Amino acid sequence: MDLQTLTYIVVGATFALYIGIALWARAGTTSEFYVAGGGIHPVANGMATAADWMSAASFISMAGLIAFLGYGGSVFLMGWTGGYVLLALLLAPYLRKFGKFTVPEFIGDRFYSKTARVVAVVCLIIASVTYVIGQMKGVGVAFSRFLEVDYGTGLLVGMAIVFIYAVLGGMKGITYTQIAQYCVLIVAYTIPAIFISLTLTGNPLPQLGLGSTMVGTETFLLDRLDQVVTDLGFDHYTTTARLSHLNMFVYTASLMIGTAGLPHVIIRFFTVPKVSDARSSAGWALVFIAILYTTAPAVAAMARLNLAETIEPEPGKYLAYDERPAWFSNWEKTGLLQFEDKNGDGLIQYTADKDTNEMVKVDRDIMVLANPEIAGLPNWVIAIVAAGGLAAALSTAAGLLLAIASAISHDLLKGVFTPDISEKSELLASRISMAGAIAVAGYLGFNPPDFAAGTVALAFGLAASSIFPALMMGIFSKRVNRQGAIAGMLAGITITLLYVFQHKGIMFVQSTSFLGDMSPNWFFGIEPNAFGAIGAIVNFSVATVISRMTVEPPEEVRRLVENIRVPTGAGTALDH
Amino acid sequence: MSENNKNLGGYWQENLKLIFSLLIVWFVVSFGCGIILVDVLNEIRIGGYKLGFWFAQQGAIYTFVVLIFVYASKMKKLDQKYNGDE
Repeated sequence: MDLQTLTYIVVGATFALYIGIALWARAGTTSEFYVAGGGIHPVANGMATAADWMSAASFISMAGLIAFLGYGGSVFLMGWTGGYVLLALLLAPYLRKFGKFTVPEFIGDRFYSKTARVVAVVCLIIASVTYVIGQMKGVGVAFSRFLEVDYGTGLLVGMAIVFIYAVLGGMKGITYTQIAQYCVLIVAYTIPAIFISLTLTGNPLPQLGLGSTMVGTETFLLDRLDQVVTDLGFDHYTTTARLSHLNMFVYTASLMIGTAGLPHVIIRFFTVPKVSDARSSAGWALVFIAILYTTAPAVAAMARLNLAETIEPEPGKYLAYDERPAWFSNWEKTGLLQFEDKNGDGLIQYTADKDTNEMVKVDRDIMVLANPEIAGLPNWVIAIVAAGGLAAALSTAAGLLLAIASAISHDLLKGVFTPDISEKSELLASRISMAGAIAVAGYLGFNPPDFAAGTVALAFGLAASSIFPALMMGIFSKRVNRQGAIAGMLAGITITLLYVFQHKGIMFVQSTSFLGDMSPNWFFGIEPNAFGAIGAIVNFSVATVISRMTVEPPEEVRRLVENIRVPTGAGTALDH
Repeated sequence: MSENNKNLGGYWQENLKLIFSLLIVWFVVSFGCGIILVDVLNEIRIGGYKLGFWFAQQGAIYTFVVLIFVYASKMKKLDQKYNGDE
């Protein structure tokens, strides 16, 4: 059977499964729609969180980024996992104890202010929409390759499917679907990795294969890779930092804090029955995430090696363009891989030198999807990878859209503007806001600002600078008050947005950037994507200073804080 | 009420201490071994891995998983200890 037919069958079967589950578990009440009725087992919730969390960026882009950044790409590995430690220790159990539907709701109650709640909603929407753009890019890339259409058409197909899928679901449907999607995506990610690790190193575990010797030689794979890339003129793979160690430090911190501050991840912990479940569920989520995240570095290194050795099988002997493999011409059709025969010899020269390099475009986002083809794996593996990439993008998009929709319908409409809205109209409103969010994200997906993972990294900066500090201060300080929290959030997100926009353009429209995206203009050499941690520090400082200058929070708020700090038993005792 | 407040205070203090010590480990394996000390650790090798590189791309992640489960189980004991006092 040819690849095209197989892909249609596998992708079609998984879509039928998701939609079937979504129909079966359709949400009927707002509680089911927002938090799945609060009855999800911690391990199941962990698996759903992992699918929710691992997006197109994790699945499609991350290994590609690492493949080209080497050691510098570690910021994504540590940043996107380390945040779960912060989440489990600092936020999840307390927010679960608080026991409401949304993140802005906590901020509104803790800082006794509708203004604080609205500010939180705005921060949430900016962060989530930025994040959805990354998913749309991922969906577009996956569809364009596997349905063999151009990027724009792929994106439209993706939008239509996300629309049907997310509007049907609600949190209850989304949770069960995400469990299925996790299984699809992890199988899709690990199978090719195991095959490739086995072929290159003889070790079936990619985590160990990466540290092993190449089959039939005494050379370690990583040493060989360092050799090959430096011969081509690229940076040393295992030691080259991303810009500087300071930049990596700040970038990693931004991603960690941002992970813990992303609302669509936090609300997942509202769905478990008990406070202790929230803690263990975060652990399970990270187990399921770590399976992919520890495989990714192996995929990255092996893909890079395979790519280099396909094009230059022996030093100085280049592949002839006419003899290029099928995957090469397939990806050329999408425009994501481009070759230009500069010296007219019909051979493909691939070097770090811009003037002689003939691989004029190798989009990093294609590395994972092309990997099984480059390694010559059978067609059914390639079809599963396509299904996995789509599962990753769809599950995250659904989670994000739910967070956006609940912020608009529950926090803005029911919480602030029309408190007496009926449950039925609230459900309708959240479904309409989802549709709106898809349209906006789709439009921005047509004008993608950066690589998918780069776009997503910006969302982290925003979540890190606004939401995480407000939540943490709300739990760990009784002194931070309304004025402090609002000023802190505004200061944090403003400085981060200013820094990003002045280098990357307002709303990422390049021509409006007034300082240019170049390192001499960067503050201490910190790239815009990494700025969230600085924003978070500004947020913490501003909030603390302003709170000291203004009146203490009222007594009932102090009691609320004491109450969320203890799990149920001690909490009820406090109420007399 | 005061009895409960004292209990609550003790519970919260123990919790904060636990969080703090776990976060030190969290910082050391990622920012410490993976970034600040990476060049020093890269002098040491386990198999094909340079140690600093291994921490940044593998070791830190494994440690994070362990940290969360340690926290969850210690807190479970702490919950029981203070619930038992009531």
